[in-house]
Amino acid sequence: MGEILVLVDHVDGAVRKPTLELLTLARRIGEPSAVFLGKGADAATETLGRYGAQKVYVVDAAEVDDYLVVPKADALAQIAESASPAAILVPSSADGREIGARVAVRLGSGLITDAVDVVAGENGPETEQSVFAATYQVRAHVTKGTPIITVKPNAATPEEAPATPAVEAVSVTFSAAATGTKIVATAAREKSDRPELTEADIVVSGGRGVNGAENFVVIERVADALGAAVGASRAAVDAGWYPHSHQVGQTGTQVSPQLYIAAGISGAIQHRAGMQTSKTIVAVNKDEDAPIFDLVDYGVVGDLFKVMPQLEEEINKRK
Amino acid sequence: MKIVVCVKYVPDATADRGFNEDGTTDRESVDSLLSELDEYAIEQALQIVESGVEAEITYLTVGPDDAREALRKALAMGGDKAIHVSDDDIQGSDALGTSLILAKAIEKAGFDLVVCGMASTDGAMGVLPAMIAERLGVPQVTYLDEVSVEGGVVKGRREGDVASETVEASLPAVISVTDRTGEARFPSFKGIMAAKKKPVEELDLDDLEIDSDEVGLSASWSTVDAATARPARTKGEVVTDEGEGGVQLAAFLAAKKFI
Ligand SMILES: Cc1cc2nc3c(=O)[nH]c(=O)nc-3n(C[C@H](O)[C@H](O)[C@H](O)COP(=O)(O)OP(=O)(O)OC[C@H]3O[C@@H](n4cnc5c(N)ncnc54)[C@H](O)[C@@H]3O)c2cc1C
Ligand SMILES: Nc1ncnc2c1ncn2[C@@H]1O[C@H](COP(=O)(O)O)[C@@H](O)[C@H]1O
Repeated sequence: MGEILVLVDHVDGAVRKPTLELLTLARRIGEPSAVFLGKGADAATETLGRYGAQKVYVVDAAEVDDYLVVPKADALAQIAESASPAAILVPSSADGREIGARVAVRLGSGLITDAVDVVAGENGPETEQSVFAATYQVRAHVTKGTPIITVKPNAATPEEAPATPAVEAVSVTFSAAATGTKIVATAAREKSDRPELTEADIVVSGGRGVNGAENFVVIERVADALGAAVGASRAAVDAGWYPHSHQVGQTGTQVSPQLYIAAGISGAIQHRAGMQTSKTIVAVNKDEDAPIFDLVDYGVVGDLFKVMPQLEEEINKRK
Repeated sequence: MKIVVCVKYVPDATADRGFNEDGTTDRESVDSLLSELDEYAIEQALQIVESGVEAEITYLTVGPDDAREALRKALAMGGDKAIHVSDDDIQGSDALGTSLILAKAIEKAGFDLVVCGMASTDGAMGVLPAMIAERLGVPQVTYLDEVSVEGGVVKGRREGDVASETVEASLPAVISVTDRTGEARFPSFKGIMAAKKKPVEELDLDDLEIDSDEVGLSASWSTVDAATARPARTKGEVVTDEGEGGVQLAAFLAAKKFI
């Protein structure tokens, strides 16, 4: 079986869950090799091996941390050129999509973005995508070059397949463009104990109906009772009630959890684009005509300030 | 200096969008308009000029005949002129093909700064700015929530995947801006009248020295095997809270094994 390159998404060596999903998917279409860029490879190797990486390519160079996108594209393209993989899987983050885009241009390869599933097909990897605000499912495959596929979080359940990967340090010849965009400063986002939005099995979101930053605790308490992530509509984010990194929708994060609870959210098309593929959808809204109710598996027409606290209490009672 | 703003003409996101039999987007049965997210790109380009940077603003679109509508709307908001690349052989181009056409047209027009939207509202790949930058061999500064240009340097702030980042690059460069950069202005009546007199240059593949077999559906780097409408979600039970709404909801979640 051919080698499948999997670009590792990590924070200082802590591998993020979508990478484990990619390794799991890669095993369906070939033999996964992880491509680790930046610092912390030692810490990551064991995890990558546990999820089936046969090999780990490591590029530890300052360029990768200090400049935007291009050094990572340089590294991935160079490794791809020497390894001639059967496919390249990249996490569908903003950076991941752009790295994929540049490598595609460089290798003359086809690119498929935001796959929600990848399987082996007659003509190489077959992908599944949700398009047009998740109203359509599209099956596609790459027809030219090495298929480059960016894969959304939650596309697969990570499965262990322990291996002891061979580690290969790669020294990359960076392009002149690599140092073009400098990251002058970074401000880490506040850490929370809640699961990440894209990775959570359950997301509880609040919208304009929450009516104030101080009221978001009503949403957070239900989230905590369920071990869920907290989301927000753009209206709530724009009002400054909750950080932008929690925005669900077309221009925020697209989530696909087992359960999505929308409280005080009307269900505009742009919001639906980010949550419509959730397995089970529940809404609390005081307007019985709110479009969100067209999507729900269960809905409560009522005041979220009455329903949500009662829900929280009831969840805690049943635990 | 020269600013090129890339704008796309897309099927209205609020209508029922769909596909043609060959897997390309159906652009016939749904009204199209200037991609909402590109209005933010136009607004930022106009603001850069208003901040005192001396620049000429050119809008660029690759699309069918009626894509000119997108250019008219952009010109009504402000700016100087527009380029419309249209050719029967372009139909069905994917991101790699479109980025080639855009890059050639940008080179032909001349540029110091290329401004894009964060993603098109139909393709929604969010990859063209990076592809254009790659083809032009210039830096990319993408997904900016704030932008400024000063002394030949473009600076901005973006929400990266794990942290908020301040980034900068020397011009020439390609940037993309988000819907958090600030609401776009509405074209004024005066603007709409003025736009009618602004030049729109029409180009085809020959003008850009692109072979017709390099782009279009047949040259596409990927192919759609099937496009199926997702079955509409069937509306489940909706109850009215009469004091027990939270308890009823909990019972539903418990039945579904979430609690
Ligand atoms: C280019 C573009 C991109 C966009 N991207 C996104 C995006 O990524 N994500 C996103 O969410 N939106 C996005 N939007 C905005 C979107 O169009 C809507 O404006 C937004 O989703 C509305 O948020 P909301 O549902 O919280 O507010 P509203 O539409 O105002 O709805 C609030 C709801 O709360 C209910 N309510 C009020 N009080 C209570 C109460 N006490 N109890 C229960 N219910 C109550 C009301 O009945 C109402 O239905 C985008 C818009 C544009 C133009
Ligand atoms: N056909 C097109 N003509 C002009 N600009 C485009 C076109 N397609 C995409 N763009 C630009 O590239 C951005 C990202 O598009 P996409 O990668 O398709 O999501 C858009 O916001 C536009 O600025």
